[in-house]
Amino acid sequence: MLLQRFLIRLLTMAITLFGVAVVVFIVIRVAPGDPIAMMLPPGATDADIARLRALYGLDKTIVQQFFIWLSGVVRGDFGTSISLRQDVLGLVFNRLPATLELASVALVMAVAIGGTMAILGARERGTAVEAGIDIASGAALSIPDFLWGLVLILLFGVLVPVFDISGRVSPQLDLPFATQFYLFESIVRLRFDLTRDLLAHMLMPAIALALPLAAIISQLLKQSLKEVLDLDYVVLARVKGFSETQVILREALKNAALPTLTLVGVQFTFLIGGTVIVERLFSYEGLGNMAIDAVINRDLPLIQGIVLVFALLFVLINLAVDMMYALLNPRLRHG
Amino acid sequence: MNAPAKPCLDIRNLSAVLPNGLRVLRSVSLAVEPGEVRALVGESGAGKTMIGKAVLGVLPPSVRIVEGNMLLEGEDLGRLAPKARRTLIGARTALIPQDPLTALNPSRRIGPQMTDRLVRILGWSGEKADARIRQLLDEVQIRDPERVLKCYPHELSGGMRQRVLIAAAFAAEPRLIVADEPTTALDVTVQKQILRLIAQLQREHGTAILFVTHDLGVVAKISQKVSVLYAGKVVEEADTAALFAAPQHPYTLALMAATPRYTDPFASLKPVDDKVLAGLAAEIAAADQAWRRPHG
Repeated sequence: MLLQRFLIRLLTMAITLFGVAVVVFIVIRVAPGDPIAMMLPPGATDADIARLRALYGLDKTIVQQFFIWLSGVVRGDFGTSISLRQDVLGLVFNRLPATLELASVALVMAVAIGGTMAILGARERGTAVEAGIDIASGAALSIPDFLWGLVLILLFGVLVPVFDISGRVSPQLDLPFATQFYLFESIVRLRFDLTRDLLAHMLMPAIALALPLAAIISQLLKQSLKEVLDLDYVVLARVKGFSETQVILREALKNAALPTLTLVGVQFTFLIGGTVIVERLFSYEGLGNMAIDAVINRDLPLIQGIVLVFALLFVLINLAVDMMYALLNPRLRHG
Repeated sequence: MNAPAKPCLDIRNLSAVLPNGLRVLRSVSLAVEPGEVRALVGESGAGKTMIGKAVLGVLPPSVRIVEGNMLLEGEDLGRLAPKARRTLIGARTALIPQDPLTALNPSRRIGPQMTDRLVRILGWSGEKADARIRQLLDEVQIRDPERVLKCYPHELSGGMRQRVLIAAAFAAEPRLIVADEPTTALDVTVQKQILRLIAQLQREHGTAILFVTHDLGVVAKISQKVSVLYAGKVVEEADTAALFAAPQHPYTLALMAATPRYTDPFASLKPVDDKVLAGLAAEIAAADQAWRRPHG
């Protein structure tokens, strides 16, 4: 039964990814812009163009191209980047850790800020504190992440320059890392000087990405908490002598978190989408930044690879959310 | 530490209002002696549940107490700081809720839900609390405590959940239990068992109970004293036996007449007489007028 559900899930994921691959493959080939034209100097002969086109397999039909590409993907070969002339998979995996670290830090910040605001707002419901939280989250939500990025650059990069506004790590530093997960490795290797430098670079883009999500969590979780706080078992907990904070943390939070969790999963995928522009804004060397370069250069194999990796990420996040939902909800677990 | 003469619960002249100024409790006074079962009876909206919630400090935020005192074993609840009040209520009172299906947290196992007050509020050790809970589960005739303690609420029937809640209420040996229509949400067949169980535990533990109900049959079975409420006002107060033998207030009489009898359920269902209602309305109006004069 469980195995069957798991297999169905796996199949759905595969179909989703295939669909994404088809759509991206077609769209970037139908859209105007020619990667070959961008590679050759002006005045190249038609013969040169045709030769290069054949070299990258772009002379075949879209259907033929797709299946050539797909058979490569199945074998783990995502092709060669046209603009960087390197293996796509290698390029993507080289950049992915930076984006994952940024998105994770942003998610942790969003949950921490949003969760705290929600708990505070629910505890102080009906007071000026709750109104203040509502106003703040309204403002955080109505400003998109890239605009927050600009605001932060102006505030803490230009007016009061306390944080680094560009890159992932200070270039003069010696990096002893074996993988691209710099932040994780710096902590494991107890090189907290590097951790600090990495965080100083990461803080502003992470806040920019986190603020809208924090606002959503704050509003939704606060609403759920307020509903749960009127329920009988919460009243019973108050009669037992527990304080409002204890009641919220011990009785209400877990049940109120369920509806929020689903939405946070969806919103987290938006957050990862947001890394594309925000990474560009802060010249952060992640996958999103590379995606923009790939689009500008019409680097078809690279775009396909990046999009597919993003799609895989989204599918995995949804899977994780479903699993956490079942873990938190005993009725689902036994049902 | 308290003189034996002191009532377990002493409510004096308690009035509460809604934001629109409507009084939902109208100068309620009642005393519950130690070990006594006091029934609060009245129709829906009469304020009987409200009194229970006021005592336990869990009134909805919209309801405001404007007058009166509540003394729990001589301690004026209104004069205590919030934390001290909370702890006192947690230590000396308990609630048997109306609906066992919603009164247990769906995402926590039964065991910790039963022991958390003992351990975290009263400071018992985990082992002591566990032993105590098992003893109480035995008293409410739950034969497989091992399984029940590990269950989530949805794995138990309504009757079982109410047994669990009753056991939890008596576990800390409270002086006063507020039972808020504890059988209303249950099947008729289970109602009787649960009622018998509450009565039995009450006798054995000598706990005072403020028993909120709309069912006069239940009142007759379980209580020693009754307060009849209408529109937040105590219209009659008497020993249970005396009340059933000779009800004084016309509304009490009408309530008794409205109790269905199994021999002839339809003919016996009489709505409260218009004349009685008019009399009640006049009584309430007079009480409000008298109350408003000094309170502006």
